[in-house]
Amino acid sequence: MSLFIEILSWICLVSGGFLCISGGVGLLRLPDFFARVHAASVTETLGAPLVLSGVMLQTGWSLDTIKLLMVALFVLATAPTATHAMVKAALHDGQTPFEADDPGAKAAPPLEDGGPVEEEDPSSN
Amino acid sequence: MTNPSMYYLVLTAALYLFWVLLSGHYTALILSLGAASVLLVVWFLRRMDRIDGEASFMPITPGLVAYLWWLMCAVIKANIVVVKRIWAPNLPISPTWTRLETEINTPLKKTLYANSITLTPGTLTTNAHRDHLWVHCLTQDNAAKLREGEMEGRIRKLKV
Repeated sequence: MSLFIEILSWICLVSGGFLCISGGVGLLRLPDFFARVHAASVTETLGAPLVLSGVMLQTGWSLDTIKLLMVALFVLATAPTATHAMVKAALHDGQTPFEADDPGAKAAPPLEDGGPVEEEDPSSN
Repeated sequence: MTNPSMYYLVLTAALYLFWVLLSGHYTALILSLGAASVLLVVWFLRRMDRIDGEASFMPITPGLVAYLWWLMCAVIKANIVVVKRIWAPNLPISPTWTRLETEINTPLKKTLYANSITLTPGTLTTNAHRDHLWVHCLTQDNAAKLREGEMEGRIRKLKV
């Protein structure tokens, strides 16, 4: 049984580590800020929770397990908020996402025609 | 939780339970310091609630748990897809920033929807409006999948 838990724990740790590295590689390879955010979310939505579950299996059932579980929950709960804040900041800064469809590298569709940045909606949020 | 004093009582109890779980020390001094910090936080919250009186609760119902389970599976699948694309030598991505119509109209459900989209790798909400969201997708497939509306349908079915 303990061997089984040990193996399961290492599977989690190694695959979590691999996902964190993949997130880093994605950060380097992807073309622009908005695409890189997707790579970062690999690290935080599956990489970190897997590493934490691996550690949880290592510590055994104790108060630390609950703490680690809470860390995982808070990472998952705050990740979208942080991501959204970063993207919003980039948009306000005037960055526009690179889009595959467009011939040019810079595509700025909705900025002028009432798109995301200009349009204010009182009932949003 | 319409009764405000009940709300603060439950909040205090929940925060203190959380604090005790994180602390793991059970001497009188440490416990009272914890109680003091919890009361301070609740006092702060009370003062802030005067400005923003719209505390929203998402009650944990079986439907929500089922949705979160489905979301977890969807996130794992999306991770695999994104990681494959990251490692593929020719980098097969087609980033797109697009308008996504939605019929979800309660603020709580729309928050859940927008954050679920952002949590899923490959898709990310940039703006939320009354009847539509702006989403950035790593590939056209991601955008097409959102348009199929499975996630939206599941959120709309939730009873909140």
